[in-house]
Amino acid sequence: MKKTIILTLLICIAGFANAQTKYSTKTGKAWFDAGTGMEDITGTNKSVLSVFDASTGKMQFKITIKAFEFWSALLGEHFNENYMESDKYPFSTFSGVVTNMDKVNVAKDGTYPVLVNGKLTIHGVEKQIETKGIFKVSGQSIDASSEFIVTMDDYKIAIPNVVKDKLSKTAKIKINCNYSILK
Amino acid sequence: MYIKSIKLLLIIIFISFSNILFAQDDLLSLVDNGPKPKEYISNAFKSSRVVNGHSMEFIGKGVLDVRILHRFGLINTGFSNLWGLDQASMRFGFDYGVTKNFTVGIGRSTAGKEWDGFLKYRLVQQSVGGKNPSPVSVVLITGATISSAPWEFPDRKNYFSSRMGFYNEVIVGRKFNDKFSAQLAPTHVHVNLVKDANYTNEFFALGIGARYKFSKRSAFVVDYHYLVNSSEIDENLGSSQFENLKNPLSIGFDVETGGHVFQMHFSNSSGMNEKAFITNTTKSWGKAEVSFGFNLSRVFTVAKN
Repeated sequence: MKKTIILTLLICIAGFANAQTKYSTKTGKAWFDAGTGMEDITGTNKSVLSVFDASTGKMQFKITIKAFEFWSALLGEHFNENYMESDKYPFSTFSGVVTNMDKVNVAKDGTYPVLVNGKLTIHGVEKQIETKGIFKVSGQSIDASSEFIVTMDDYKIAIPNVVKDKLSKTAKIKINCNYSILK
Repeated sequence: MYIKSIKLLLIIIFISFSNILFAQDDLLSLVDNGPKPKEYISNAFKSSRVVNGHSMEFIGKGVLDVRILHRFGLINTGFSNLWGLDQASMRFGFDYGVTKNFTVGIGRSTAGKEWDGFLKYRLVQQSVGGKNPSPVSVVLITGATISSAPWEFPDRKNYFSSRMGFYNEVIVGRKFNDKFSAQLAPTHVHVNLVKDANYTNEFFALGIGARYKFSKRSAFVVDYHYLVNSSEIDENLGSSQFENLKNPLSIGFDVETGGHVFQMHFSNSSGMNEKAFITNTTKSWGKAEVSFGFNLSRVFTVAKN
């Protein structure tokens, strides 16, 4: 009987500890550059939602397309209306896993290179991607960043001929999330 | 004792399961649960004008919109007149977005050698989520017109004020979905100079505008102004001063090509400011007195956000 009670407690504690290993942010940053150098075609989003579960290595992201900010109102209009169709596809998401969690110790401060594999959804199209990233652990927070390139065509984002000089066929994307422990 | 152990075991199994379930759950639901932040609805219309009248749309902060408008002659004048294209009346104008919700603009029309200027302010922007979301946008506009044409009434004193007209307008509009938007725009126009004391200086019109977007870069638009007080017949005049006035109706297509918006349309009106098209439209769709016209809008981002 005593054993059972101890076991129960242990499992409860384990469950509690499990909850403690989740990290989250509501103010992650996403940035992209889809220009060819002729014109500044960059946008910044400062309200990326993300949760990282250090016990399993799972991570998820949700980006509100309309929350991207641009230097020009027209650029924002075109981004939302003509390319991302944000009324139809309001969010971009990523759901994946850090595949080398065995090399990451969230309890120890340091910089850890990570490999992330998962499904990226942009413009309603889901694609499997793999990318490298960096985890900077300091105390209770993790500063996670990654940089990768997506091809517009893969996500069915059509580029009309008239803007082919200005708009690149690929977009460079940077993600930066400063996670803190999810309470 | 034995039964109790089994019970405990069941509880343990249940807790373990709940842990597993919890771990497998959608991680985002842990943070994505608060009230949705307010989201403003924009791009109800391609352009800041439906066709002639103002739309509920704004050009954005720091944006200069250079507008070149053309209104041609009547289509029914036929081939020799190239269906009206031989005659053109134009207005050029500059609109500037001082803030997201405040635009100023000036323009000049060849018709009547008339200058016009306006202030356009968005009181409420349509929104969803957050505190007090609004189902509609409310826009206030006030403008003035000044004719710089040579004085044409030798028997009357040429006051500067006689050349002026004013208009005030409230737009209540809604983007119903990504394709369809509509707006109502009660408009008051005051003209300082009329034929004689029997004529009214005040004109009231109800603007009705709508757009239907049928592809990513093109939309169908309708712009109609109903002259509310045109039915008032002044007994002193024997007939109405509105006798020859018609309600301006324009039907057109918006085509967007990068930084340009072309608005090509057919209309019974050739006026390119509120005073001109509300108090001066005499052509009739019923008599096929329709002209082709276009608005060309080119925006430049002058001040970076």
